[in-house]
Amino acid sequence: MRALDLDYMLGLVPVILGYVPLTLGMALAAMVGALALASLMAVERVVRVPVLDGVVQLFISFFRGTPLLVQLFLFYYGLPQIIPVLAGINGVTAAILGLTLHFSAYMAESIRAAILGVDRSQWEAAQAVGMTQTQSMRRIILPQAARVAAPTLVNYFIDMIKSTSLAFTLGVTEMMGATQKEAAGSFLYFEAFLVVAVLYWAIVEILSFLQKRLEFHLTKALAR
Amino acid sequence: MIRIRGLTKRYGANTVLDAIDLDIEAGERVVIIGPSGTGKSTLLRCVNYLDRPDIGVIRIGDLTVDAAKARPAEILALRRRTAFVFQNYSLFANRTARENITEALITVQGKSREEADARADAILLDIGLADRANAYPAALSGGQQQRIGIGRAMALDAGLMLIDEPTSALDPEWVGEVLDLMRRVAERRQTMLIVTHEMQFAREIADRVIFMDGGRIVEQGPPAQLFDAPRDKRTESFLRRVR
Ligand SMILES: Nc1ncnc2c1ncn2[C@@H]1O[C@H](COP(=O)(O)OP(=O)(O)OP(=O)(O)O)[C@@H](O)[C@H]1O
Ligand SMILES: [Mg+2]
Repeated sequence: MRALDLDYMLGLVPVILGYVPLTLGMALAAMVGALALASLMAVERVVRVPVLDGVVQLFISFFRGTPLLVQLFLFYYGLPQIIPVLAGINGVTAAILGLTLHFSAYMAESIRAAILGVDRSQWEAAQAVGMTQTQSMRRIILPQAARVAAPTLVNYFIDMIKSTSLAFTLGVTEMMGATQKEAAGSFLYFEAFLVVAVLYWAIVEILSFLQKRLEFHLTKALAR
Repeated sequence: MIRIRGLTKRYGANTVLDAIDLDIEAGERVVIIGPSGTGKSTLLRCVNYLDRPDIGVIRIGDLTVDAAKARPAEILALRRRTAFVFQNYSLFANRTARENITEALITVQGKSREEADARADAILLDIGLADRANAYPAALSGGQQQRIGIGRAMALDAGLMLIDEPTSALDPEWVGEVLDLMRRVAERRQTMLIVTHEMQFAREIADRVIFMDGGRIVEQGPPAQLFDAPRDKRTESFLRRVR
């Protein structure tokens, strides 16, 4: 066993940190997209629009039933062969798209469960005062469901940040891609991957801390 | 003027409402009594289509809703002319006491926030909960929640208030304050249809008492007559049991 090259590791930290904005940016963009798509699908699954319901179920089943890496390859390497407009798609866009679709399928299920968990009496009260279905959903049901689903959704966001590392297989130089290149130059694989692992870990720890604060805040708000 | 004709509701083979006919004058306070499982709640819930009746016509003012062909817009219009007070309060859990009152004023009636807040504050003062305006339902006692529930219904200025056993989910210590508030609402000649097991209260505030059994109206009349000289044997035996 040889000693760790600590100087190399310390020098690598700022280099990889330079790619944190891209990693977080991809995750954030995918999170926004996934949240929007998942909310729509969750509401659809609850009210069950004929025909559309089948499509949504199929979508959720496919994106939960196949590996994320396979989905990313399908979008980046596969689809452009079938749909020529997509030929110019860059790795970052493909990764964001893949992460959005993949995680929206999971998030739709948690949001749906949270909606169904809201007491029936809340629906009835909203209907009784004359609110439309859409108003009831938007103003009474979804906000209550969001409180229940929030911790789970933050978990998915954490998962998503880690999953952005797969984008390097699409040729994107994000945290993982940058590390890979550095390691290939220095041959200090252990040091390089240890540094990137610790940096991912630190990001996740910070988010977990914020998640606990959020949970505390949400439970407090309902029992003031 | 409210006119209900042939209101019928079935669950499978169980006919819960059996062709109910009922007229209620403006300002009239009607109390429904009857044994458990008789369809009292179902009647109230069918009047504003929380449960959709199978057959029947409901007329409130110039609005007529026929179960055979009721469109969503008509159902909304019907709900906007009625207010409902629930047995278990059913306050919006994500809204403060004041917001529970303003919610429909803003989203349904299209009032401005200032106007809605002013109305809510006047009502909170009226029901004695001005100091709890910013509390969420979870932080209120059962009695306070039900008073907000009644306040929410009052704010709607509905032609008909439907009230389903407003005190039966309450701990005994809170029943008095809720009945007091109901009495005050009744004194203002708010048109109301109330289901209750509080016979003394019914006697005080009702213009008319209806006895229901098996999904039908068995007997109805002024409280003195129905309570003291019931004509039907079923009414008599029910009253004997609850006394
Ligand atoms: N959603 C439903 N599905 C099936 N049966 C129902 C449903 N709702 C009510 N019922 C039945 O309808 C009948 C009347 O119920 P309802 O709640 O209207 O009675 P009630 O007079 O209000 O009784 P209580 O005094 O106990 O509140 C009961 O037999 C009940 O089991
Ligand atoms: Mg009942």
